[in-house]
Amino acid sequence: MDASILTILVFLPVLGAAAMLFVPRGQDELFRWIAAGFTGVQLLFACWVLWAFDRGSSQFQFEVVAAWIPSFNVNYHMGIDGLSMPMVFLTALLSFISIVASWKITKAPRGYFALFLLLDAGMMGVFVSLDFFLFYMFWEVMLLPMYFLIGIWGGPQRQYAAIKFFLYTLFGSVLMLLAMLALYFYSDPHTFNLITLISQAHKIDVMLWGIEMKWLIWFALFIGFAIKVPIFPFHTWLPLAHVEAPTAVSVILAGVLLKMGTYGLLRISYPLLPDQTIVFAVALAVLGVINIIWGAANAIAQVDLKRMVAYSSVSHMGIVLLGMAAVVSVREGGTMAGAQLGMNGAVLQMFNHGIITAALFLLVGVIYDRAHHRYIVYPSDYKDKALRGKLGFGGLAVGLPIFSGFVALVFFAGLGLPALSGFISEAMCFLGGFSTFRTLTIIGTFGILLNAVYFLRAYQRMFMGSPNERWSGLSDMSPREIGMLAPLVIIIIFLGVYPSPALNVISLTMNNLIELVNAASSLAGM
Amino acid sequence: MPNIESLSFFLPELFLTASMVVIILVDVFMGPANRNRVVRQLSLAALAVTAYLLWVQTDPGEAIFFGALAVDPYSRFFKWLFLIATAVIFFVTPYTSQLLKTARHEYYLFLLAVMFGLFLMASAQDLIIIYLSIEIVSIGSFVLAGFLKGDRHSNESSLKYVIYGAFSSGVMLYGLSLLFGLAGSTNLFDVQRALASITGPGDLILVAALLMILVGFGYKISMAPFHFWTPDVYQGAPTTITAYLSVAPKAAGFALALRVLGIAFGDNLQFPADQWFPVGNLAIGTVIALFSGLTMTVGNILAIQQNSVKRMLAYSSVAHAGYMLMAATILNTQALGAVMFYLAVYLCMNLGAFLVVILVHNKFGYDDIDDWRGLGFKLPLVAVPMGVFLFSLTGLPPTAGFVGKVYLFSVLISSQQFWWLAVLGVLNSVVSLYYYLRIMKVMFLEGEPTGETVSDHPAMTGMILALMVPVLLFGVYWSPLMGWVRASLKIFTPGG
Repeated sequence: MDASILTILVFLPVLGAAAMLFVPRGQDELFRWIAAGFTGVQLLFACWVLWAFDRGSSQFQFEVVAAWIPSFNVNYHMGIDGLSMPMVFLTALLSFISIVASWKITKAPRGYFALFLLLDAGMMGVFVSLDFFLFYMFWEVMLLPMYFLIGIWGGPQRQYAAIKFFLYTLFGSVLMLLAMLALYFYSDPHTFNLITLISQAHKIDVMLWGIEMKWLIWFALFIGFAIKVPIFPFHTWLPLAHVEAPTAVSVILAGVLLKMGTYGLLRISYPLLPDQTIVFAVALAVLGVINIIWGAANAIAQVDLKRMVAYSSVSHMGIVLLGMAAVVSVREGGTMAGAQLGMNGAVLQMFNHGIITAALFLLVGVIYDRAHHRYIVYPSDYKDKALRGKLGFGGLAVGLPIFSGFVALVFFAGLGLPALSGFISEAMCFLGGFSTFRTLTIIGTFGILLNAVYFLRAYQRMFMGSPNERWSGLSDMSPREIGMLAPLVIIIIFLGVYPSPALNVISLTMNNLIELVNAASSLAGM
Repeated sequence: MPNIESLSFFLPELFLTASMVVIILVDVFMGPANRNRVVRQLSLAALAVTAYLLWVQTDPGEAIFFGALAVDPYSRFFKWLFLIATAVIFFVTPYTSQLLKTARHEYYLFLLAVMFGLFLMASAQDLIIIYLSIEIVSIGSFVLAGFLKGDRHSNESSLKYVIYGAFSSGVMLYGLSLLFGLAGSTNLFDVQRALASITGPGDLILVAALLMILVGFGYKISMAPFHFWTPDVYQGAPTTITAYLSVAPKAAGFALALRVLGIAFGDNLQFPADQWFPVGNLAIGTVIALFSGLTMTVGNILAIQQNSVKRMLAYSSVAHAGYMLMAATILNTQALGAVMFYLAVYLCMNLGAFLVVILVHNKFGYDDIDDWRGLGFKLPLVAVPMGVFLFSLTGLPPTAGFVGKVYLFSVLISSQQFWWLAVLGVLNSVVSLYYYLRIMKVMFLEGEPTGETVSDHPAMTGMILALMVPVLLFGVYWSPLMGWVRASLKIFTPGG
């Protein structure tokens, strides 16, 4: 079980997708159940892995290595540590919930659910791969289902959104391909093994076009990851893709896909090229702060609830970047504790943001399914007189008490209210950042204020004030919808009051990574 | 090896020639009723026997016909590719509605003749044979491109092909004659020895000879700026022939170009020599790199604007020649292997894509991209493989096209040369995604699932699915194909 569990986690959904090929036409009901069944079992396996995961070990666990293409030294190499464990669990959980959220899909359900399962497999594969080639394959494979899911089942501008997403991310990943090959051919013996490369990559000593090769590799990797995060100014694909994608796909996009960017930085860039990481940390912090402020400022300007949530993701991922930049805390006059707070906080924030933003998008989906619009302006605020009093919400709390309760809780988690999970991880990131880059972090914390502005304002506009007659007939959340949100809300509250179970999983690995980055560096004496 | 002894190592080609004669005679005495069918069956049988003879062929250990032809694993690799391509085209021809109006018996015969020429191209290592083999292929192709006699596009295509072909092979012949003048021999190895002993830096004649020869090869593999015939010929020719031209002669062009350049312009008599021969102040690698960058960029950028799927695939085939040339800048086994691997993969994916074009044309009479709307919902069994072929052409995993591209880029990166070309190459892949996605978009993203389905042609669909299998299989497990390529990397050299 130990050695094959990761293989099962990755390929179970593929099996599900294959099974769908044999379902005869007209059995639409069956597709949902197959998808729910396979992702459900996958989630159970992921729970088992989480339970069996040894928190006291910094080694890779459930590791499996098998020769795949010996002539190219490509191995089927998987394993998880404290960095990938939360992501694996997040992927399994959100995949299952997304399938439940997709229950009402009627357009070509075979294709939809099959593609969703392939997407699930791709994401899972990225988080468990320890061979760069394998990692890259999964990284790219994921693009195909995503393209179709946005492009076929998305909103009015879906075609443009889908192609923009695809071109943007492919641009990033082809540069990563060159970096990967460079790492392979400069290592001796040539290897794609991400663990072996840690001791190999920093030995590269070549110049190209007057620039150190290591920096070129770092930047090629960074652009690939930055587009996924997305880091300003590579973020323009995100609002579009999120808004056009169907609810469940937005959940996956924001909940899991964005994390791949930061995961890639932590898994590949940080340990392989520590010198560059250290020098670049300050830039990363600056970019993080820009993300925080820019994302939040844009979110304030939105009148479309889904766009607002999309920009809030940009802002929250900025916090992750700030936490990650704290890895150089000691070097910048801070403390080891600061570095640990920042790095652990970053991974925890990746997980928490995944849960919170998934819940946000699901809630947006709930209201959109009923009202078929997402405008968050006071009905009386329309400049266009014809629309005045027709669009926009207001006073929804009267008619939809359960929904407004859920939204309130998740919004508060989003703006970082204490006792909810977002607070803990954001605080850790800011504390880590503060110990390292004081002024920058102070600027960054204004982002929290801005977050509060748009979340509270949106809440006010939707749920308070006088009810809009037009929406008085909306029904409250169905048991299915409550069921898919409940686990997320439970996690938000649980990790808000008692985060140590999550931190126990993460901390050993991240503390090791901090030491690795700081020690392996030739700048150590500086 | 003297002529008479050589014959026993020339059996596949001899048999092909004999069967062509037989088929002509049968054709003459056959009534018009059964002509097409009987000739096709005879031709398929001839292919099968040729395949058998190729299978049992042994390695002579030296070049046959006094050094004119090499029967080495390298040539055999390409001959198998030609056989597969020809067999696929033979198989689908009766299901191509374009060709139903014309008498097809001659068509099979010409295809066999072209294949004979391709076989020679894969083996040739004598300047005369090189020229002859290229001409055999070209003349057969001219006729085949114009095979839709009543169709003006087809006529135009044939005429353009003839003019371009005649011009570029003329230039090439001039280059070959210069080479002969310098070396005093038509044998490639003698040429190499002579060049190594006579030239100093700045030898203008040698530079001229090299560039002229490149023109000839460039025309055959549609390398920019000698690609201008490609879109018109590809669009006008019967689609089966387009499919064939896009893979088989291109593969042969690469096979021959790599052999000729590698031997005659290699630094030593080993093959591959690992080092280009310095032709004056001209670095051969850099010249090829420039052509490669130009070819892929021109192909991809022009493909974006096309509204005819055939034309788009024509430009895409130009771009792919550019990708393969990328590896040809380096003269070593790795590069050779990468090109061979890519050609094998390219054969499957490009043939597959063109077969889908044929099938769509049969069903709907379309060639305009907008008319493919909603195909994903109407004909999923064809549209999904088309998606696989297009993603493979883009170079996305898990398809063989991705693996092929990884190997091509590996050549540049492991040799640590031409980084700019590698960066240009990956950026071109992103550009190519845009126009391949246009086809995906109209097939899947536009149009609604109406539940309306069109009956697909079982034989054609079967062949398309069969071509999809290697594209997917070699995308996740390519050791068998790479193993075959590695085993075929033995190029005949006089030393051993």
